[in-house]
Amino acid sequence: MEPFLLRAVLAGIGVAVVAAPLGAFIVWRRMAYFGDALSHAALLGVALGFATGISVNFGILGVCLAFALFLTALGAQRRLAQDTLLGIMAHSTLSLGLVVLALLQTLQVDLLSYLFGDILAVGPTDLYWILGGGLVMLGLLAWIWRPLLAITVHEDLARVEGVPVARVKLVFMLMIAFVIAMAMKIVGVVLITSLLIIPAAAARRMARTPEGMALGALAVGVLSVIAGIGVSLVVDVPTGPMIVVSTAVFFLISLALPQRG
Amino acid sequence: MPSPGAQASPLVSLHDVGMGFAGRQVLTSISLDLRKGEILTLIGPNGAGKTTLIKLALGLIEPQSGAVARAPGIRIGYVPQNLSVDAILPLTVGRFLTLAVDAKRQKVMDLLAMMDVERLYHSQVQSISGGELRRVLLARALLRDVDLLVLNEPMQGVDVVGQAELYRLLGHVRDERGCGILLVSHDLHLVMAATDRVVCLDHHVCCQGAPESVSRDPEFLRLFGAEAARQLAVYAHDLSHDHTHGHDHGHDHASGGGGQ
Repeated sequence: MEPFLLRAVLAGIGVAVVAAPLGAFIVWRRMAYFGDALSHAALLGVALGFATGISVNFGILGVCLAFALFLTALGAQRRLAQDTLLGIMAHSTLSLGLVVLALLQTLQVDLLSYLFGDILAVGPTDLYWILGGGLVMLGLLAWIWRPLLAITVHEDLARVEGVPVARVKLVFMLMIAFVIAMAMKIVGVVLITSLLIIPAAAARRMARTPEGMALGALAVGVLSVIAGIGVSLVVDVPTGPMIVVSTAVFFLISLALPQRG
Repeated sequence: MPSPGAQASPLVSLHDVGMGFAGRQVLTSISLDLRKGEILTLIGPNGAGKTTLIKLALGLIEPQSGAVARAPGIRIGYVPQNLSVDAILPLTVGRFLTLAVDAKRQKVMDLLAMMDVERLYHSQVQSISGGELRRVLLARALLRDVDLLVLNEPMQGVDVVGQAELYRLLGHVRDERGCGILLVSHDLHLVMAATDRVVCLDHHVCCQGAPESVSRDPEFLRLFGAEAARQLAVYAHDLSHDHTHGHDHGHDHASGGGGQ
């Protein structure tokens, strides 16, 4: 296997393995639109990363965190419905990102690769980021799994039973921001949410337990990455979108399966 | 302030608590103590602030004025008014009970059996009825050795026979474990028979005391009407032989200043 291809497959699997169980929580907590808005905001992070010359990854992380905190503060006021708020912030930050990138005329930025991903261009450094970060993320997820599940089912009940709600939710928020930064290279800002929610949704009908659903999502995610890269090599189609199409095919197949739990 | 003796100090005490949301005052100068072994029932019309008071007692929200004190190290079991698990989350009843609390499977089964829902252990939470869910929630609240049970409308959707049985069970739990129980209820019938003290709430404490005396209070009559009062008195009288305990059934009118 060509080195670039091996890196692409490993990076894709690395992202899928983290995105799938995290995506299960995003689906359970009805945060699909939140994830989508956050990934749109990530383009502003890319722009700021270039503008300041620090690092694109740090730019994404910073903007995602600021976005999440700002949203929590605004949401607490309850003046606007959450979906309205998310819509406003998603598209204004995306547009602001595009404007800032256009202002940086000295720089040649391949905008399409940030919007739709460029998995075949994953370099060794990117791969280390994804694999190392992925391992840390899996560890964190295992750590907060049980309290986060309790919070997801009923926050007040979990709090009364002694779960440190604010801390767990903060870690979860950080993890979403991090996985978006990780997945940016693979599928781009427009398609990141699909890697989070489609594998989880596809795994629902086969699952009887939360863990079963997360593992099912992981399998769907990994198989979709392999299928997507494989197909895009044979037929000349963009790889990122092809991975997403593969997850959608798994979801459609799952609809034909009997519900188990 | 809690008194120095450990026995006498309240599990939860609210002192002159006030609370409002978005400029609307929900609770005004609420003072209330709940002690070990006592069953206290909150009644009041919709929007009277019952759920807000419960959340203050649980420490889920902080009061805007006044103070809420809980006994140090207190363990609380809670049955919330609403709980719906999204269909996208696969979760069995057995797993639901132990989401945040460790327990042996046998203990979970015993509690479900006590609530007469042990057959639901492997069922998905979304597939059980509203009344069954109340029983499952009660089982979850009892999973730990709690000092205080806080139940918001615990009988919603439970059939009449089941309600009588569950109230008996609550009395039994109180006697067995010596915990305090704070209930919110709309229904004036069965709840009164099983309660030591009734607090009638309408943004402030209108009246409180033993069920029978509350049923004669003009404030109670204003809120619930004479017919309700008559039924309440009848029930309290009919079933009084069923519940034997040694609490003071004094009656305290709120205009005298609220607390005990």
